[in-house]
Parts: sequence; structure tokens; C-alpha cells
Amino acid sequence: MKNIFASRMGIVSVGAMIGILAALLQHFGNPPNMGICVACMERDIAGALGLHRAAVVQYLRPEIMGFVLGAFIAALLAKEYRPRGGSGTLIRFFLGIFAMIGALIFLGCPWRALLRLAGGDGNAILGLLGLVAGIFIGVQFLKRGYNLGRSYPQHRASGWVFPALMVVLFLLLVFRVSFSPGGPIFFSEKGPGSQHAPLLVSLGAGILIGAIAQRSRFCTMGAIRDVILIRDFHLGSGVLALVVAAFIMNIILGQFKPGFAGQPIAHTDHLWNFLGMALAGLAFVLAGGCPGRQLFLSGEGDMDAGIFVLGMIVGAGIAHNFNFASSPAGVTPFGPIAVLVGFIFCLVVGLTQRDRI
Amino acid sequence: MGTYRVDARGLSCPQPVVMVDRALKEGKEDLEVLVDNEVSRENVLRLLSKKGLRAEIKEEEGAIVIRVFR
Repeated sequence: MKNIFASRMGIVSVGAMIGILAALLQHFGNPPNMGICVACMERDIAGALGLHRAAVVQYLRPEIMGFVLGAFIAALLAKEYRPRGGSGTLIRFFLGIFAMIGALIFLGCPWRALLRLAGGDGNAILGLLGLVAGIFIGVQFLKRGYNLGRSYPQHRASGWVFPALMVVLFLLLVFRVSFSPGGPIFFSEKGPGSQHAPLLVSLGAGILIGAIAQRSRFCTMGAIRDVILIRDFHLGSGVLALVVAAFIMNIILGQFKPGFAGQPIAHTDHLWNFLGMALAGLAFVLAGGCPGRQLFLSGEGDMDAGIFVLGMIVGAGIAHNFNFASSPAGVTPFGPIAVLVGFIFCLVVGLTQRDRI
Repeated sequence: MGTYRVDARGLSCPQPVVMVDRALKEGKEDLEVLVDNEVSRENVLRLLSKKGLRAEIKEEEGAIVIRVFR
């Protein structure tokens, strides 16, 4: 059976659909230019679980659960559910941590960088340039034979663990369990964490996106990587469609506000917007997918992608607990140091992980 | 000269594509590519069609074998 989503028309439709849904999610209550932001939403989940205590960013985001579950269902239906693991597992965990730290210096993952651009936030340009720079560095490693080794088939049930975790998170959200007075699960009462679309709208949009992204292999990092590495614009056309669709929807919904200063959940420190995203981009290349793609892969049974996601969630805890994460006021004193450490880690990984295969 | 085999099983994108691209640039004739998942198959075939190469696909013991014709 031919996979229509893997065609050029397919990837463009998927990108456009994601752009439209992202703008609508914002319209229905998600934070500004954050209809979808995989990094921010995982950060909110980390906060809800008490892995960090930044009171304004704590919510169990149903979009993330939907991404994994939608991809899981789509993969099962398409007979592409294939549990596998064992490729550089621990390294992927740390790549996830540093990818999240980089993303939280910029305040967004590649998805949000695109949506910020579509919402008129000029600072996103610096982030996207950084993303391209980071991916460019990563591609140089790929050309020199970088890889984290082969993955191997795993028992069929092992691929259920990650989707099951998402179901557990969903139940915690529905029943708003409180494990102790003043303890988790935490839900923000103000700030971005308190802004969210209705639960079923978020979950439904997440499942839909998870399913079509699994079928089309949508990946924001892959889009840029393929252009640099093999001059292939297939995934890139999907990303462009996302930006155009979100831009048009933002105009229609009155969500387009051009400028640099005073943009929502953003800062104007150009250097660190650039470098934060460059670190994230490099980590995504080394791990083989943007944060969204890692969720979709987790859903179809890729346990190494699941580890990367867990790394990102732990990374969000670290980024806020150790005061690396930026705020609308700008970067923190420690943020740049964390970015530097992240770059050193990624460069060492890129240079050393190149055994012949 | 025998068949040159690119074994990309267990590797995720873009590695299979990079390996095939390299083999083609090295001028390997009679190329056979082994992948174990649908995404790699799609990506390798996309690369081949961009280069105007024909391919024949068969399944062998759980692996997808892509035979490339110059």
C-alpha cells in the first residue's frame, strides 16, 4: 500500500494542518505563539510533576500525550509499530537534557520558533538562524560518519511503555490527583501554565497531529538537515507549509503582532536566542529528530527516542532548578554557562561516536 | 565484480541515505541496500529517484532489500 502522506502533497498538507491547528489551539486558550511547543509543553509537564518548582509553568499538557498516542495508533494501523532500542541510549538521554536547556534559553523548540515567526515575533529569526547553524555543525559530523550505532528489535510489549506513561499522565490530569498537601500534581494558577485550550480539544488536536506526523515523518530538524546534507526539500516543504498556514490563521484570528520588543514569552537577547537554539539544533541532529519527531518515534516503538524525551523532561527540571532557563526579562547568569557545557558535550559526542558500521 | 552491499539495518534516517549516497559517489556498481523499516525504504527510494536510478524491492528474512540499477 502506498503511503500518500509520504508524498510531496502529503507532507505539505500535514505541515499546513499542523500550522492551522497550532493557531487554533492558541485561539482556544494556549499561551501566545505557543499553540504547540514541544519543549515548553514538556517543561510544563516536568513542572506539574514537581521536577521543577517554577509556579507559572506547570500543567500536564494533553497535546504531548496526544502526539505519542496518535503516532502509536497510526503506527499500529499501518503495521509500522516496531519496538526497537539500544542505540546510544544514555548519550541520547544527555542530548535530550542539553537540547531542552538550549531550547529554554531561547524559550521554545523549533516548532515554537516557527510559530513565533508566524505570529510576528522577530526574535524567532535569531532562533531559527541559530537552529540552522547548530544543524549545520551536526551535519558536518554526519558527513564524517557520526552515528550512535544500530538499534535492535525489542519485545513487542516494550514499545507499550511510553504510550502507557502518556495514559497515566492523562489520568493524573483528568483526576487532578494531589499526592500531598502543597505537593504535586501542580497546576499553574497564573502565567503560561495556566493558559490552555479545553482538555479534549488539546488531546484531540494532539492525537490528530501525532497520527499524521507519524505517517508523513514530519520533522522540523530533518527539514533543515536534509537541505544541508542532501539538498532535499521534501520535509522542508512541510515546514514552510506550517509557517504559511499558521501565519494566515494568525491574521484571520487577530493573533499576528509584528515586532521584537514585548513579544509574549520571549526575550530580545539576540546572541543567546541564536546560541540557545544552535545548541538545541546540534543536539537534535545528533539524536536524529526534532522534539516532535522524538515523540512520534516513541509512539511507534522507538525506545531510544523515548529516552531522549525523558532526557528533555529531566532537562526542563534542571533548567529551572538551576536557573538556566531564560524568562521574558532575558537570560540568567548561569544560562550561557550551561549552553557552553552543552556545546562541549555535543562536540565530544559528535567527534567520538563514529565507529564503522 | 560482486554485489556491493550497504547494510543499513537498525540505522535510522539519515544514516541509510548517507551510506547509499556515499556508495553511489564512490561509483559502486551493482548496489544492494538492506534496510529494516519503512521510513528508510522511503528515504532511500527518494534519493534514488532524484538521481534517476531504478530500484527493485524484495523482502528477505524481515529485511527490505533494495537493488539498485544504474
